[in-house]
Amino acid sequence: MTARERNWLLVAPAGAWLLVMLVLPLSVVVIFSFGERAPAGGWVPAFTFEQYANLPARFTAFKNTLTLAPLGTLAALIIAYPLAYQLAVRTDPKWKTILLVLVIVPFWTSILIRSYAWIFILGGQGLPALLDVFGLGDVRLIYTPFAVTVGIVYGYLPLMVFPIYVALDRLDKRLLEASSDLGARPFTTFLRVTLPMSTSGIATGCMLVFILLMGEFLIPALLGGGKVFFVGNALVDLFLQSRNWAFGSAVAVMLILVMLVTVTVYMRLISRLSATREDVSIM
Amino acid sequence: MRLYSLFVYVFLYTPIAIIALFSFSAGRSASQFEGFSIKWYGRALNNPFVMDALGNSLFVAFVSATLASILGTLAAVGLQGIKGPARAFFDAIIYIAVMIPGIVIGIATLIALVTVFEVVNPWLANIWPEGGDPPSLSMGTPSLIAAHTMFTLALVVLIVRARLQGLEGALSEASADLYAPPLRTFRLITLPLIAPAILAGFLLSFTFSFDDFIIAFFVAGSETTLPIYIFSSIRRGVTPEVNAIGTMVMLASLVLLVIAQLILRRGDKR
Repeated sequence: MTARERNWLLVAPAGAWLLVMLVLPLSVVVIFSFGERAPAGGWVPAFTFEQYANLPARFTAFKNTLTLAPLGTLAALIIAYPLAYQLAVRTDPKWKTILLVLVIVPFWTSILIRSYAWIFILGGQGLPALLDVFGLGDVRLIYTPFAVTVGIVYGYLPLMVFPIYVALDRLDKRLLEASSDLGARPFTTFLRVTLPMSTSGIATGCMLVFILLMGEFLIPALLGGGKVFFVGNALVDLFLQSRNWAFGSAVAVMLILVMLVTVTVYMRLISRLSATREDVSIM
Repeated sequence: MRLYSLFVYVFLYTPIAIIALFSFSAGRSASQFEGFSIKWYGRALNNPFVMDALGNSLFVAFVSATLASILGTLAAVGLQGIKGPARAFFDAIIYIAVMIPGIVIGIATLIALVTVFEVVNPWLANIWPEGGDPPSLSMGTPSLIAAHTMFTLALVVLIVRARLQGLEGALSEASADLYAPPLRTFRLITLPLIAPAILAGFLLSFTFSFDDFIIAFFVAGSETTLPIYIFSSIRRGVTPEVNAIGTMVMLASLVLLVIAQLILRRGDKR
C-alpha cells in the first residue's frame, strides 16, 4: 500500500459519513424546494418555482431575523468590547485566564436552560414586579423583541468576548505607551491605536454571533412567545406542524442564501475597511 | 471599568444562579422561593421519563463522541498527506458542516432519511424471507447518532488538525529515518502527541451532543433526549423539578469542560 492509498483510506470513512449525512441531506432540501406539497402533508416531485414565489408569506420571519440578528450582534459587541479590553489590557496576568474562563463557561452549558432562566427574570414576577415597587409599574418585558434581544446578547456574549480578547491580548502594550508618550490623550490612543488593532477580533466575533443567530430557534421560541419569531421558528412550524416540506425547503434554501450573501458582503466590507486602515497607518 | 466588568459577570451568572436557587425551593411554584428543600432533586431522579431521557442522551452522546473522535482523528491524520482539489473539497465540506445552522441540518436529515426509508422499507419487506417479520427503518436513536456524529466529526477534524499542524515534522521524520514502519511511528510518536487534542475533541463532542436540542428535535423520532424533555416541560409550565434537572445538567457540563481544559493545558506543556 502506498502512502497515498493509505491517506485516502484514512479519510474515506469520515468522507463517506459527511457525504451521506450532510451533502446528501442538503441536496435533498434543494431538490425538495422545487417540488410541491402532497395533499396529506409531505412532498411530491415537480419542477416549479411556486415555493419561492410564496416566500413573501414568511416575510415577517425574515424581517425579524434580519433586524434582531444584526441588532443583537451589535448589542453584544457593545457590551463585550469593554470587558474584553479590561481583561486583555488592564488585568493582572495572574487573573486573566481564570476571568476569561469564567466568561466562556456559560457558553458551554446548555443554552436551553440558560435561556429559560430569562422567563423568570423578565416574566410577571421578575423584573416587572421589581419595577412596580419603584412605581414604574406595569411594564411588559417577556414576549417582546426586547426580551429576545436580551436572550440573544446573554446567550452569545461569550462568543463575542473571546475573539476580541485574543486580538487585544496580542496587541503590543508598548504601542499604547508610545502613543501616550507622544502626547495622545487616552481616548485618542484608543481610537487610533487600540480600536484599529482589534478589528480582526471584532470582525470574527460579529461573524460568529451573526451566523449562529441567523439559524436561532430556541431564544425566540422561549422568550418571544410566538409573537417574535425567527426563520428558525418558521422552519419548525413548516416541518413539524403543517408538514409542508416543499415550502419549508424553499425557506431553508433562502435562509442559507441570505446568510451567504450577508457574510460575503460583510467580509468584503471588513477587508476594504482594514485595507484603508493600513493606508492611514502608513501615512 | 472594573465596576463595569463586575456588572457583566453578574449579568452572565444571575440567570444560572436563579435556576440553581429555585431548584432548592420547597414549594410548587417555580417563581417564588418557599423554604429550602432538595425534594425536587429526588423527584427528578425518581421520574422514569427523566431517567429514560437522560439514559438516551448519555448513550447518544457517548456513541457519537466515540465515533466522531475515531473517524475525525483518522481523517485529520490522512489529510496531512492529501493536497490539491480533493483536499480543498474536503475542507469545504468540513466548513459547511460547522457553518450551516443546526436547524437546517435537522430538517435536511429528517426529510432525507424519511424519504430514503420510504423507498427502502417496502423493498426490505419484499426481499424478506416468507414468514419473517421485515424490519421497518424509522427515525430514532440511530439516526440521531448519525447526525450528531456528522457534526462533531467535523469539530474533531478541526481540533486534531490544529494540533497536528503545531507539531514539528522532525520527530516523525527522525522515526522514519530510523526505519520505523509508518504505523509504528504513528503509534509511538504522533498518537501520544495528539492524544490531548483527541480527548478534548471527544469531550467537546460529548458536551455538544448532550446539550443539543435543535437537531434532536427533528431527528430523534419518537425518542426523547434530556433537552427535548426539558423543552416540552417548559412548554407545559416550569416546575422546580425542571430547575433541578437544569442545575444538574449545568454542573455535569461544567465538570466535563474543566476536564477538557485541564487535558488541553497539560498537552500544551508537553
